[in-house]
Amino acid sequence: MYLYSEFDRTYVRNRVRMFRDQVDRRIDGSLSEEEFKPFRLMNGLYLQLHAYMLRVAIPYGTLDSRRLRQLAFIADRWDRGYGHFTTRQNIQFNWPRLKDVPDILDALADVDMHAIQTSGNCIRNVTADHFAGAAADELSDPRPVAELIRQWSTDHPEFTFLPRKFKIAVTGSPNDRAVTRAHDIGLRMVHSKEGQNGFEVIVGGGLGRTPVIGKVIREHLPEADLLPYLEAILHVYNAIGRRDNKYKARIKITVRETGIDAFRSRVEERFRIIRKEFLGADQQVIRRIRDTFAEPDYVQAPTAAFDDALRRDPAFRDFANGNVHRHKNPDYGIVSVSLKAHGRTPGDASSKQMRILADLAEAYGHDELRISHEQNVILPHVHRKDIPAVFAELSRGGLGTPNVGLASDIIACPGMDYCALATARSIPVARDIAVRLREIERDVGSLKIKISGCINACGHHHVGHIGILGLDRAGVENYQITLGGDATETAALGDRAGPGFPADELVPAIERLALTYLDIREDQDESFLETYRRTGLAPFQAALYPDAVPKGRGGHPERSNDAVS
Amino acid sequence: MATIVTDDGFIADDRANEFLDWTEAAQDPADLPYGAAVEIPNSLSGEELVPGFDRIAHLRICFPSHVDGRGFTLARHLRRLGYAGRLRASGHLLADQYVMARRCGFDEVEIDDELARRQPESVWQQSWQQQTASYQFLLQREA
Amino acid sequence: MARPFTPKVLTANHLLDGDVVYLAPGSRLTRKLSEAMLIEDESTAKALLEAAEARSSVLVGPYLADAIRDSDGRPRSTHIRETLRADGPSIDIL
Ligand code: SF4
Repeated sequence: MYLYSEFDRTYVRNRVRMFRDQVDRRIDGSLSEEEFKPFRLMNGLYLQLHAYMLRVAIPYGTLDSRRLRQLAFIADRWDRGYGHFTTRQNIQFNWPRLKDVPDILDALADVDMHAIQTSGNCIRNVTADHFAGAAADELSDPRPVAELIRQWSTDHPEFTFLPRKFKIAVTGSPNDRAVTRAHDIGLRMVHSKEGQNGFEVIVGGGLGRTPVIGKVIREHLPEADLLPYLEAILHVYNAIGRRDNKYKARIKITVRETGIDAFRSRVEERFRIIRKEFLGADQQVIRRIRDTFAEPDYVQAPTAAFDDALRRDPAFRDFANGNVHRHKNPDYGIVSVSLKAHGRTPGDASSKQMRILADLAEAYGHDELRISHEQNVILPHVHRKDIPAVFAELSRGGLGTPNVGLASDIIACPGMDYCALATARSIPVARDIAVRLREIERDVGSLKIKISGCINACGHHHVGHIGILGLDRAGVENYQITLGGDATETAALGDRAGPGFPADELVPAIERLALTYLDIREDQDESFLETYRRTGLAPFQAALYPDAVPKGRGGHPERSNDAVS
Repeated sequence: MATIVTDDGFIADDRANEFLDWTEAAQDPADLPYGAAVEIPNSLSGEELVPGFDRIAHLRICFPSHVDGRGFTLARHLRRLGYAGRLRASGHLLADQYVMARRCGFDEVEIDDELARRQPESVWQQSWQQQTASYQFLLQREA
Repeated sequence: MARPFTPKVLTANHLLDGDVVYLAPGSRLTRKLSEAMLIEDESTAKALLEAAEARSSVLVGPYLADAIRDSDGRPRSTHIRETLRADGPSIDIL
């Protein structure tokens, strides 16, 4: 993985020192809260419902055992012994104290990590396909590109006070696991007809109050033009993005109000000027970065142990079918470790579990780990012969749940148990649904349930096969269901199913959806999403609202104006 | 009187009240007197000023709030278009943003007395002197 | 017509540890909602909020939250959010 240069180290230490100084000035009163807030946010420090929350960047979701052990150490030393992995491939600590935060940041810097730009109206931590560098379907590893963007966007003097936050995702596979169509900028690595490497650039996607699927602004951008082109997009956005209304400040609104064609011509015009300022060093830097992402030293050995275990052990069979994905080296597998044990909090890992994962990565996984936006941990390179041993050790640590891709593999944001912006809880809902669907989830097969605790949509509910949005109805939680969303290369926003459900009626309602699917699918090969696309909303609506008089009106994509009470 | 922050520390304002207001007086930049000082809103795109570049000696860009970053983008663009005169940021900018402002092409920052009291010269100097090189510089130079 | 005033507690997060705090009688701060002062008239509420805003070296984001007096006379929240703020996360943590 990427190794910090001396420059990176000096930079990160300097930032810690600056933040230490800012904390001191806040405590002694020479910075007001209003002035301090943007600086603490730029360093990933939020003030949540019960405490501060520190969001640590895991650039493009890549970790090794040393870094993961340090996160475990931080959890024990300054927090409550656990961390929460987020849909942006970051980790959040929920209980740090203000005066300890500079020390935590120093501890992160010790292992070449930081919390820079994990918050605030700046370019946030860049995300990438969590199978990067390992996936069988990959054209090209997106991580060097993501690292280049991390460097370019770090402390960018022009883009640290944007109208709103700005998220970039990169994928190198035609099968989009990075949700590139729901980002401010999505980059898909493609080959042109002439075989030239480049990017399809997607702009103005996003979830939140106004969900939008991004639009292509450039079909084929040559590799060397990437940074000046990004700079041109950000330049135009910073100049004309709205600042009068926080809900209209994201680039998706700028693009919508300007029109994609007019927006594109402005960008192209700026690009022509900015391009001249990039004199070539960026290409040298990315070549150097690429060298640090060299392929692991694959082991050549028979895979018989894997096939044996498949035959002998039904539990292992479930695990291998769901949690192991195709690696570009046929002797290897990509192992997804579920942080979704039934009845637990999605995405939470104890310090003990982090250490188990670190040990496994070191022993069997070429010392590599990934965090997925689906809030799981990935061991990207495990030889098939070792997967049975990995499964056994995971199971001992409560990490062997074979539910990846199934109904209980739920994305859930922190919701009102932690988040100051929440309108309802997400975690208890996710826990209850997982327990309730446990018996039928294998039969149901691929089903993506995604839950957000407010309209900000950190839980990606719009692109869940079943999306759940928690709202506040006069001080009481109420949950709205959307159906048919899709986060992949065939991205789609879910349709609003109808009126929301109070908390105690939600879980049975979700169960009715799953049972209805089992009832009406054409055969076992037709997935929930395929069935939904075939039948539309009607049979599912009938299951959700058995007592309702049919309205004879189809669903409509969930929109902003009917959301928060 | 306002305080002007420069790399060398605080200086008194040598230009107080001499800035022409772009929105009122200076709509046609080719009519400006030579050596003019002009205050511009951060909502300009930059191109409007090009015909007056040889007449403008000093520009002041307003930051209505320290989280409104349009001024940074405008400054950068003016420099790209070839503006070579003095460039001042005024309004609510903090010491922690001084390096940013300089990197975007500003020469100086104008602050009011209240801020100068809470963030004295030493704080601004510290932020300037302790800066590290920038990623952007490393990525843009020649290979 | 302005809405009639309903009882409030004054709450904020503590600057140093982020904890939820409430204003208790005698300008004291407490971490327990049950010990908070229930404010029953609008002008007092306004004055206390202004005073709290001036204590920015201790209090972050002070505001008035709806509350009622429960059967043993102590303040209790009327909104799920305030209940969670007072009691902590509703789920067991790892
Ligand atoms: S979706 Fe809302 S409640 Fe959930 S984490 Fe995001 S802001 Fe918080």
